[in-house]
Amino acid sequence: MKGVLGTMERYYQEEIECAPYEKIRQIQSERLVQQVKRVWDNVPYYRKKMEEKGVTPEDIKSVDDLHKLPFLSKYDLREAYPYGLLGKPLSECVRIHSTSGTTGKRVVAYYTQHDIDLWEDCCARALMAAGATNEDVVQVAYGYGLFTGGAGLHGGSHKVGSLTVPISSGNTDRQIMFAMDLSATILCCTPSYAAYLGERMKELGYGPDDIPLKAGIFGAEAWSEEMRKSIEETLGIKAYDIYGLTELSGPGVAFECSAQSGMHINEDHFIAEIIDPDTEEVLPEGSIGELVFTAVDKEAFPMIRYRTRDICKLTREKCSCGRTHVKMAKPMGRSDDMLIIRGVNVFPSQIETVLLNNGYAANYQIIVDRVNNTDTFDVQVEMTPEMFTDNIGEIEAHQRKLSDDLKAMLGIKAKVSLLAPKSIARSEGKAVRVVDKRKI
Amino acid sequence: MSVKQISVFLENKPGSLKKLTGVLAEHKIDMRAISMVETRDFGIARIVVDDPFTAANILKEEDFISKLNSVLVVEIPDETGGLDKLINIFTEAEVNIEYMYAVSAHRTTKKACMIFRVADTKAAEARLLAKGLKILTQDEVMDI
Repeated sequence: MKGVLGTMERYYQEEIECAPYEKIRQIQSERLVQQVKRVWDNVPYYRKKMEEKGVTPEDIKSVDDLHKLPFLSKYDLREAYPYGLLGKPLSECVRIHSTSGTTGKRVVAYYTQHDIDLWEDCCARALMAAGATNEDVVQVAYGYGLFTGGAGLHGGSHKVGSLTVPISSGNTDRQIMFAMDLSATILCCTPSYAAYLGERMKELGYGPDDIPLKAGIFGAEAWSEEMRKSIEETLGIKAYDIYGLTELSGPGVAFECSAQSGMHINEDHFIAEIIDPDTEEVLPEGSIGELVFTAVDKEAFPMIRYRTRDICKLTREKCSCGRTHVKMAKPMGRSDDMLIIRGVNVFPSQIETVLLNNGYAANYQIIVDRVNNTDTFDVQVEMTPEMFTDNIGEIEAHQRKLSDDLKAMLGIKAKVSLLAPKSIARSEGKAVRVVDKRKI
Repeated sequence: MSVKQISVFLENKPGSLKKLTGVLAEHKIDMRAISMVETRDFGIARIVVDDPFTAANILKEEDFISKLNSVLVVEIPDETGGLDKLINIFTEAEVNIEYMYAVSAHRTTKKACMIFRVADTKAAEARLLAKGLKILTQDEVMDI
């Protein structure tokens, strides 16, 4: 059966996904004008920012006026935490999702039922672009819970009418058993987990033709074309990229189509801009810069000109899949120091906070590598005279507490090593905080 | 009558012990006893030297992290069950032994010694002396 399907392009909302550019602009303009009015009335935090910039809702008549509006950043999310950016009363909100955040405060995003629906629509578009129909079995191996991965694809799969397997992440042999026994055709997880699943299947003696899977939707972390090829060969599938962030709902802000050359941004919901991260100037189409999003019809958490810190490029060239929405390239890096480890956002400043709270000096090094397709995460700390005792048990207890506190702060486990003083490499007097050895 | 032992933090990797012994040799520090403990990624070298305060200062200058601790250097009674008898004194005094290690025989008395790190040095010392055991002073440690 493999290779027979997937030749005909499928759309979840063809009328909008393939709408002419002018039509998309018109929708964006109408929604933006409404959104700015709503935010002005209901979000004092953003209204104040607009007033400081001397902008009123009357100044925003179409997408062309977008550049007049102030930006929002992670800093604002922290300042306004937890309710300061709410666009609807809590009584109208039905769910939250959350990411790990800097300095102990997480990003908490709110959703009304309308917000959940539009998010799941976006995920349904991504699934259908990967060939999903109501005949498919979609194995959602993203984590469920506060993380958006599981919930997003799960909801999208329901909307398509596929049989949804909410297996969540982990327990690899059980994943393989379910995939074989239930004939799962579409796999959703992080690319590193997909690669790991592939390796495990190989170990168990299954080749690409033994596995019913035909496609995979992989996101939440950076991956390369080489990794795509390797996953496609091991699992015998087509591997599709998906992009999103909790602040904007979750996965599905943009997704790949059969062309596999960039991700279509769901422009009826999210307006994308590319700016110079230093001057904050909007850059012409095709430039490389920081990606900024405006959610034009999200109600509970209405992000306007939210700075993603992802560095990438947009293109509006005609796509062979028939979709007209602008395409974004894979992000090439970050304009801040955020790391994505095992799909989780990690800021060096978070690690610094934990170290200081535990009585260590803020002299540390983070070493990230990818071994057997899984990210390894080592935090190396220099021993200090204050922390040193002659009692091994006490030192180890401190080490364990540090490891537990890092897990509590970041949501992922780090291996903590204690180093001799002054052993952390310094370049030009400045310590190198992050060593990322991953080849992606 | 306790003696100052220096505990030095070492990374568990090739060359880190060499760095320590190198510094001690270079500064002509006379090491009388040494014991090593290690975990997966770090270790502690416990050493008894002729002049612990000078040695501690030198180690600090050389970027080692170290700590001075009081230990008891006790002669083992020269008879069968000698160590058992010695340990029994700690048991009777209800003093917890945190760790201990052996030193070679004394140059003049030819007797073996044990070095003890205990929870209550003063209590242990009093009981050992009461039982007639020999506890070495910093000067006497020079002869082991």
